[in-house]
Amino acid sequence: MFGKLSWSAVPFDQPIIMGTCGTIVAVLLGLSILIKAKGWWPYLWSEWITSVDHKRIGVMYMSLGLVMLVRGFADAIMMRSQLALAAGHALGYLPPEHYDQIFTAHGTIMIFFVAMPFVVGLMNFAVPLQLGVRDVAFPVLNSVSFWLTAAGVALVNLSLFVGEFARTGWLAYPPLSELAYSPGVGVDYYLWSLQLSGVGTLLSGINLTTTLLKLRAPGMGYLRMPIFCWTALASNLLIVAAFPVLTATFGMLLLDRYCDFHFFTNELGGNPMMYVNLIWIWGHPEVYILILPAFGVFSEVVATFSGKPLFGYRSMVAATMGICILSFLVWLHHFFTMGAGANVNGFFGIMTMVIAVPTGVKVFNWLFTLYGGRVRFTVPIYWTLGFIVTFVIGGMTGVLMAIPPADFVLHNSLFLIAHFHNVAIGGVVFGAMAGYTYWFPKAFGFKLNERLGKATFWCWFIGFYLAFMPLYALGLMGATRRMQHYPDTHWQPLMLVALAGAVVILIGIALTVVQLAVSIRDRRANRDETGDPWNARTLEWSMPSPPPVWNFSVLPRVARTDAYWEMKKDGVPRRGLPVSFAALHLPRNTPVGIFMAFFAVILGFALIWRIEWLAAAGLIGAIAVALRESWKTDREEVVSAQQVAAFERAHGTPEYYLAPAGDFDGSLEIGHDSRRVRVATEGES
Amino acid sequence: MNANIARNICQRNTPRTGSSDAHAVRKWARAGGVLCAGVLLASCREGVLDPRGPVGQAERVILFDATTIMLAVVVPVIILTLAFAWWFRADNRRATYRPDWEYSGTIELIVWAIPALVILFLGGIAWIGSHELDPPKPLVSDTSPLEVEVVSLDWQWLFIYPRERIATVNRLVVPTGVPVHFRLTSTSVMNSFFIPQLGSQIYTMPGMTTQLNLQADQAGTYPGISAQFSGPGFSDMRFTLVADSSEKFATWVAEVRTHGGVLDSASFAQLARPTRGGGDLTYGTLADDPFGMVAQDHMATLWSPKEAL
Repeated sequence: MFGKLSWSAVPFDQPIIMGTCGTIVAVLLGLSILIKAKGWWPYLWSEWITSVDHKRIGVMYMSLGLVMLVRGFADAIMMRSQLALAAGHALGYLPPEHYDQIFTAHGTIMIFFVAMPFVVGLMNFAVPLQLGVRDVAFPVLNSVSFWLTAAGVALVNLSLFVGEFARTGWLAYPPLSELAYSPGVGVDYYLWSLQLSGVGTLLSGINLTTTLLKLRAPGMGYLRMPIFCWTALASNLLIVAAFPVLTATFGMLLLDRYCDFHFFTNELGGNPMMYVNLIWIWGHPEVYILILPAFGVFSEVVATFSGKPLFGYRSMVAATMGICILSFLVWLHHFFTMGAGANVNGFFGIMTMVIAVPTGVKVFNWLFTLYGGRVRFTVPIYWTLGFIVTFVIGGMTGVLMAIPPADFVLHNSLFLIAHFHNVAIGGVVFGAMAGYTYWFPKAFGFKLNERLGKATFWCWFIGFYLAFMPLYALGLMGATRRMQHYPDTHWQPLMLVALAGAVVILIGIALTVVQLAVSIRDRRANRDETGDPWNARTLEWSMPSPPPVWNFSVLPRVARTDAYWEMKKDGVPRRGLPVSFAALHLPRNTPVGIFMAFFAVILGFALIWRIEWLAAAGLIGAIAVALRESWKTDREEVVSAQQVAAFERAHGTPEYYLAPAGDFDGSLEIGHDSRRVRVATEGES
Repeated sequence: MNANIARNICQRNTPRTGSSDAHAVRKWARAGGVLCAGVLLASCREGVLDPRGPVGQAERVILFDATTIMLAVVVPVIILTLAFAWWFRADNRRATYRPDWEYSGTIELIVWAIPALVILFLGGIAWIGSHELDPPKPLVSDTSPLEVEVVSLDWQWLFIYPRERIATVNRLVVPTGVPVHFRLTSTSVMNSFFIPQLGSQIYTMPGMTTQLNLQADQAGTYPGISAQFSGPGFSDMRFTLVADSSEKFATWVAEVRTHGGVLDSASFAQLARPTRGGGDLTYGTLADDPFGMVAQDHMATLWSPKEAL
């Protein structure tokens, strides 16, 4: 009846796990009671959970990432404290069976459920606004994508209460992850949660790619797109190309585990190294999926706060697309030590280094954007400067490991761990924090507290160096990754410094939460009245903060890059009213996303525990929900012309948008008609 | 720059005179790199920055050279970033504001050329290094290499000396100054065979054979590890490399032959059972060709770790 599931699946004997579960349940219960008592549920349901507005979905992605950051960081603190203790004959407080799950969960969560939601959330929020359009290409699909990611999150967190998580490392190399060596449900939790969220990410990638290619404001040719949109395009092209590989690879491992196939087993012609190749053909582009949008954020921030255009825009575009293509030609550098031979290693080593060229160009162009500017030291520019300083060090150690003989002694060592945290924290996290601070006033209409923002930055910055510089040294001293204990007691002082660094980062994360609370409390004082609190350059700052659901009442016309900056050259553009107002058709909110995710979680959970009837129920439910949505005819709601007019009378539209189309090259109106959110023909004067 | 200093410190440290260590620490602390200094010093006394064989030495040279070349770009970039941001701060009225300066062909050429030239140079190092230090490439030497076959078990290391017809577990003994040619495989999951002070590591993979050539130039005892996570016993999957003179090696071989046990399929099956933190064992007699059997997957073993359920 219940497959492998029984009461023994709940680890009652593990105080750490049960304590965590208790806390999570208490928090969820408390939240539910609060929502019930305050009567927030209808608002949450109709305005957020069922929303198909790309801005709301972007905010939900970011919130999900923040929550999972806390979970992933709890794992990090446990790992650091275990290693601070387990020197010499000491074995620490986490036995290997538990510790191995923790480092696997840490890596999986931080990449798939923290970094990805942050990056996808920023792109979701900012890309349509920067493009000057009313939504993404497929708004309902966007909601489904988000909720499938949330379904993956739900399964990962469920593994804490019921059963176990994988003990294989975050990429689950076979044969260790095969049934023969990992007979428990841990690897199944890993595979199904990532399959669900992987489908969500792929759909989101298709959605944003289509948006970027087909929906842009009239006049916005490719070389007039803001640089963040270019990086988002590169990132989403990579998602579209790479995520099917991940799904297929996991699919094969699932067939091995469930149907006795032998793709990656030791027996019957299986070859584990095929998995290692395939997973990194996804895995290396994934690195750039995460970092390219972060580069985009830094480019916007450095131009805005220097009061200058981005230096070498075309070079930046070329560098971005160059990285996009090169990222598929380097995967083997993750396993030079396989023994593939000198020519293969040499080729992949050199290709890896070649990526450093466009990346180096980007760094230099940021430098020359600062040059001749009037740099305002706001929180986003702190993150950006911190990023440049930190990232060039991480880039250097990366190029170092791209030299095969150097990798032969550094591979899998704590040096490697330090390297990728150097670029992941210094690049992706700093980028996400810069983007969060930069676009927050656009999303909510008030700025985040500046002092607490700077304090957060310093905690992350100092904490990073404290936590990871010792790891570089330990790696050189011969410490390898995924050790649960080590015999060399003189490593312990460095491990203690690393723990201290983690605690400093923890304070930074706590300050982020405090900053949010304080900023909400002081929202009236920090209100953004102008819609352009940073004196910025791109279209999203031409609209009120927060923008209306339909974004632009009148679609902007774009004649060059930095469209809004051009309009502001002769002072803040006057705002006027269009001659006539049109009613707008918007996609209606729908619960299809959360319902599909609900059934997907049931499907995943049932497959993990081999409960056939429940799996069938979950699958049928998910398909039924999707079909029902597909056959719906009444899928749009109308924002009346009066509503639009009332909003416009309060805020106005930059007169620039209202100018006659005479000076404007109409041939660039790409995909204008295919826009889902379209201007209806009936008008009102 | 820093790498050169690091190299100097490392070289000064190798004679292991306590007072010069302390002196170097004081000097560095004054120089400002408090944390970095301690870290660099500590990492020079062991691991990959303290190589005791030609492979590790060549790899250390590459590490230092490549780092030095890159620091020549990275350090100025860091300084310029902070300098530009500080000088062009909004309230510095002495700085010239150039709100429309967004392109310069000369600068574009330079910023593409600098990383391209660095990478051209490093790419050369990578290509030549890949070939010179390719793990299967025999080391240049007058003496013929010692053959050792390595089998990673769960979670122990089996070392077979096919010519001497002996085998050891978790303890690898080699003569100094003699190249060692390793052939490696695994009984079950992947591991990586790594002696940090000798240089290159290489994967051990089930059903596959890899090769590696290393040499220990100085007598001593060096730690060896698995550098690829392989399950719950991974952290204890350590071995010791003992390098000693050829004469002492020969004596040791003779001793193992007389006192060691027998490695046949029964004792191998016993040995291959999952073991955490196993001790040293020696085998003075080999039945058949255990390495060949494992490499062809005839002895693949399965273990089933205790489930948490």
